[in-house]
Amino acid sequence: MSGGKQVTLAQMRAAQSGMILRIEGGHGLVNRLNALGIVPGKRITKISSMLMRGPVTIEVNRAQIAVGLGMASRIIVEVDEAPA
Amino acid sequence: MRKIVLIGNPNVGKSVVFSRLTGINVIVGNYPGKTVEYKRGHMKLGGETVEVFDAPGTYTLEPISDAEEVAVSMLSSADTVINVVDATNLERNLYLTLQLSERKIPMIIALNMWDDTKHRGIQINLDKLRQLLGVPVIPTVAVTGQGIKELVENIPKATSPDAAVRSRDEYWTTIGSIIEQVQQVAHRHHTWRERLADASVKPLAGGIIALVVLAIAFLLIRFIGESLIGYVLEPLFNSLWAPVLSKLSSLLGGGGFLHNIIIGKLIGGEVDFVQLFGLLSSGLYVPFAMVLPYVLSFYLVIGLLEDVGYLPRLAVLVDTIMHRLGLHGYAIIPTLLGLGCNVPAVMATRILESKRERFIAATLISIAIPCAALQAMVFGLVGAHGGQYVAIVYGTLFAVWVILGVILRYAVRGFTPELLIEIPPYRLPLWRAVLQKLWMRTYGFLKEAVPIILGAVLIINVLYLVGVFDAIANFTAPVITNLLGLPKEAITAIVIGFLRKDVALGILAPLALSAKQLVVGSVVLAMFFPCIATFVVLLRELGVVNMLKSAGIMISAALITGGLLNLIL
Repeated sequence: MSGGKQVTLAQMRAAQSGMILRIEGGHGLVNRLNALGIVPGKRITKISSMLMRGPVTIEVNRAQIAVGLGMASRIIVEVDEAPA
Repeated sequence: MRKIVLIGNPNVGKSVVFSRLTGINVIVGNYPGKTVEYKRGHMKLGGETVEVFDAPGTYTLEPISDAEEVAVSMLSSADTVINVVDATNLERNLYLTLQLSERKIPMIIALNMWDDTKHRGIQINLDKLRQLLGVPVIPTVAVTGQGIKELVENIPKATSPDAAVRSRDEYWTTIGSIIEQVQQVAHRHHTWRERLADASVKPLAGGIIALVVLAIAFLLIRFIGESLIGYVLEPLFNSLWAPVLSKLSSLLGGGGFLHNIIIGKLIGGEVDFVQLFGLLSSGLYVPFAMVLPYVLSFYLVIGLLEDVGYLPRLAVLVDTIMHRLGLHGYAIIPTLLGLGCNVPAVMATRILESKRERFIAATLISIAIPCAALQAMVFGLVGAHGGQYVAIVYGTLFAVWVILGVILRYAVRGFTPELLIEIPPYRLPLWRAVLQKLWMRTYGFLKEAVPIILGAVLIINVLYLVGVFDAIANFTAPVITNLLGLPKEAITAIVIGFLRKDVALGILAPLALSAKQLVVGSVVLAMFFPCIATFVVLLRELGVVNMLKSAGIMISAALITGGLLNLIL
């Protein structure tokens, strides 16, 4: 599964899965995301995103979490190659 | 007394475990200076009575928010910790568990939602988990009560695993290795509840679901509230309390200062609870017969929505719109509640994270969200002149809500944090937990609001009797007549509006106002000042200084909007 495209969580499409590579943010952001289990190395699936730059809903560890778009654009994900 | 503290992530059924362990005699506390609620109760443990605390849900022991700070400080006085863990989400829950295990406090784990693991295809090796964590682990299903007895029996066996302090990366490595050894997940298909859960955070389907849920919630709140008023409280006051007051009135000589303070000025010898302004008449009637029913019904419905797990989804749906007004998604909940009654709506602003958001939300609600009683009068009075006028009233209020929200967004300092919330799966609520919560919240309302309402009724009454209101009427007459184009008598309505807005609108009825004047009158009444009960909770939630600021915004906004309407129409 290596060598996939790197995008931000905000750019991922709904139903796409991938692995978190890194979080480009300060301590505060990293800590808040960490507490919810959003850490580099975690596999996530994007459930949906709201219209008009609304929050993104993801599934991580079988739990769903809504993340504001600003935060979502700072989470870098390596997405799985789409099955042919 | 020994202290047991229940601690765990949000949405793991901690409150349900708590309500299973303790009886009905539960006290809700507010941490000094914090808007975070916690619960305290008692339980028997082998002949001894121990205190049980339900700490606010927290993901870590590194305090990030108020709730987490409270949870951490409760921990320092705990003799035993019950860590409630969601068995279907072991991985994330273990982060807190590992942090707790460093605290050297005897700990026991309630592995809750145990039944859910089966249909979610999750297998957990309990013995292995116990061995790796070094503490007792009891599988529980708090909703049905399964495992609770065992949990209680094992509390004395709680142990402190005495783990070494780790860094953040070490936590996740440790968790990774624990999960690998104890958990197996089989692939399985989505259940209908999960499909519904996914649909409710998608733009289109979610929007439709939201409309349906809100419509039902709104109807239910009104139905329960109105039934309580119409069938229980009004008859009770009219047939039992009114005769007592009539007797008391003649005992006090039927008039005089004391009589008017306690009972009020009788109008044609009749006891009219709303217009009397007496301590024992309006002072009791307003909180118990007018506000309490809506508080009760609102808290019941909102408690259900909370426990089912719907509210976070609604917040996600409207987050974008609310951010334009300086709020975030969660603010939709108090705002909608305001359409029923502003009192619980302002109380509900507590769920918002920052002071700034609470201020904006509470101010917007008091100004631009008409309560159910007021709406009924708008339909009756203004609607008689044609539906287009009702539309103007609603349209104006909505425009004020949006415009004022945008202004406040830029004017009020501070920032509105981005949305970051867990969206729990849909769950069936436990009635016992819902009712426990309902009782605690209602009791909290009565304890805090009733004395202040009584005090306010007393003050208004004295001011009225001394003639201050007449002076105000004369003083403000130019504003009312010139700016708003209303007759001078309308000031009485605005003063009465402080007590009850629908009655105030009723006072406008005999004045033979034109449709335009009625529109201006209802808009100004809706915006001008909150009713006394809302005023009280505003004061409580915002504090004196912010309450005054909010009131200033209300008065200016009402006058500007009323003046503009008078010019345009």
